[in-house]
Amino acid sequence: MSSFFAMGGYAAYVWPAYAVFFTVLIADYLSPGLRRRRNLRELRARLARQSARQQRNPTTSP
Amino acid sequence: MANWIPLWLHKLGSPPMFYRFAGTLRPWAMAFAVLLGATALYGGLVLAPADYQQGDAYRIIFIHVPSAWMSLFIYAVMAVASIIALVWRLKLAEVVAMESAPIGAAFTFITLVTGSLWGKPMWGTWWTWDARLTSELVLLFLYLGVIGLYHSFEDRRQGARAAAFLAIIGIINVPIVHFSVNWWNTLHQGSTVRILGPSKMSGDMLWPLLTMMGATKLYYIASLFGRVRTDLLAMESGKDWVRQIAEQEARK
Amino acid sequence: MSHAPLGPACAALLRRDLTLAWRRRGDIAMPVLYALIVVTLFPFSLGPEDALLQRIAGGVVLVTVLLAMLLALDAMFRSDIEDGSLEQLVLAPQPLALMLGMKILAHWLTTALPLIVIAPLLAGMLHLPTAVMPVLLLALLLATPLLSLLGAILVALTAGTRRSGMLLALMLLPLCVPVVIFAAGAIAAAQQGLPWLAPIAWLGAALALALVLAPLACAAALRIALDA
Repeated sequence: MSSFFAMGGYAAYVWPAYAVFFTVLIADYLSPGLRRRRNLRELRARLARQSARQQRNPTTSP
Repeated sequence: MANWIPLWLHKLGSPPMFYRFAGTLRPWAMAFAVLLGATALYGGLVLAPADYQQGDAYRIIFIHVPSAWMSLFIYAVMAVASIIALVWRLKLAEVVAMESAPIGAAFTFITLVTGSLWGKPMWGTWWTWDARLTSELVLLFLYLGVIGLYHSFEDRRQGARAAAFLAIIGIINVPIVHFSVNWWNTLHQGSTVRILGPSKMSGDMLWPLLTMMGATKLYYIASLFGRVRTDLLAMESGKDWVRQIAEQEARK
Repeated sequence: MSHAPLGPACAALLRRDLTLAWRRRGDIAMPVLYALIVVTLFPFSLGPEDALLQRIAGGVVLVTVLLAMLLALDAMFRSDIEDGSLEQLVLAPQPLALMLGMKILAHWLTTALPLIVIAPLLAGMLHLPTAVMPVLLLALLLATPLLSLLGAILVALTAGTRRSGMLLALMLLPLCVPVVIFAAGAIAAAQQGLPWLAPIAWLGAALALALVLAPLACAAALRIALDA
C-alpha cells in the first residue's frame, strides 16, 4: 500500500496533479449551485416585496 | 415519418423544457461520470504496470490527456453553439456557449498544470516553449477573452452574442496559431517534446485512458447542465415557471 | 432618395478622420513617445552590450510597436461612439464594412505610420544591422495593418462596454501571436542571413485575407455590440 502512495518516487508530482484535477472540477461543479441558490433567494425576496406592495394598494396592479 | 425528432428538438429549445430535461439527466450523467472515472483511476493507478522509461510518473497521463482533449472539444462545442446563437438567435444556444467557456477554461488550466507537473520529472523543467504547450496556453487566453467579454456587458444577451462572435473568431484562429507555433518551433530548433515514445501504448494503459475520456465527457454534460439551469433561472426570472420553482424550493 | 456615391463618401470619411486626428496632434505623438521610452529602457535593464542588444533588437522593436498600437487601439471608435456619429454610420446607406475599412485606414495612418517611420531609429538604438532594416520595415508594413484590422474587430466588439483596456489586450493576444511569430521570424532570418521571404509571404497572404474579411467582421461585430 505504501508503495502505491510512493508512486515509484514520483509521488510529489503525481498526487498534486490528481489533487488539482479534482479540486478544480469539484469547484467547477459546485459553483453554479451556490449561484442558483442566491438567485432564487433574491427572486423570492422580490416576489415577497411585490405581493406586499399589492396588498397595501391593490388598485395599482402591474 | 420521424417528425417527432425535430418537434422534440424544437420543444427542447424552450427554457422551461430544457430546465426539466437537464434536471433529470444531470444526476445520471454525474453518476456515470463518477463510476467511469473511478474505474479508470483504478485501472490507471493500480492495475496498469509502470512504464519502462518513465516509471510511475506517466500515470499523470490518465488525467492530462483527457483534459487536453476536453479543452479542445469544449471549444468546438462552444463555437458551434455560438454559430447557432448568432444565426438563429436561440437563447439556449447562447447560454450553452457562454456556460461552456468556464468549464473549458477549467480543463485547459488542468491540462497546463498537470502537464507542468509531468514535465518537471521527465524533461527537468516546469515549462518549455513547445508547440503544443504554447498552443494550449493561447487556448486558455482565448477562453479567458470570451469569459471577460461576456461579463463586461451589462445586458447579458448582448454580451453573450458579442462573446459568441469572439468564440467564432477564436476557432478560426486556433489552427493558425498551431501552424505558426509549429513553424516557429522548427525555426528556433526548440526542444521537441515527446510525451509518448514511438511505441504503441499497451492495452493496460489504453483502456483507463479511454474510460477517463468518457468520464470527462459525461462530467462536462453534468457540469454544463447545472450551469445552464442556473443561467436559465437567472435570465427568465420574471417568468411564471421560475416563480413556481422559487416557491417550490422555499417550501422545502 | 439620393445619396452620395461610394467614392466621395469614402474620401469624405477618410478626410474627416484625418482632420480630427490632426486637430489632436498630441495624441498622435503619444504612441511614438511610448515606443521610444520602452526601447530606451531595454539597454538599462539588460546592459549596453552590443551583441546582446543586436540579438534582441528585432523582437523588441516589433513588440514595442505592437504595444504602442494596442495603447491607441482603444480610442479607435471611442469618440465616434460618444458623439453618436458611429450610429449614423451604421444607419448610412453606404455599406458599413467599407466605411469601417476607411476608419481603420485612417487609424492606421495616424498611429501605425508614425511608428513605422520611427522604427529605424528604435532599431538603430539597439544596434540592428543596417542590412536588416529593409526587412524590418517590410515586416512592419505588413504586420501593423494586420494588427489594426484584427484590433478593429475586437474594438467593435467592446463598443457597447465601458471599460475595455485590459480586456482588449487579453482578446488581442491570441490573434496577434501568429503575426508576431512571422514578422519576428522574418527579421531573425534576415539577421542570420537566411532566406526571409517565406514568412513575409505568409504575412502578405494573411493581410490580403484580412483586408477583405476584417471590415466585414468588424461591421458584424459592431452591429452586435450596438444592438440594444
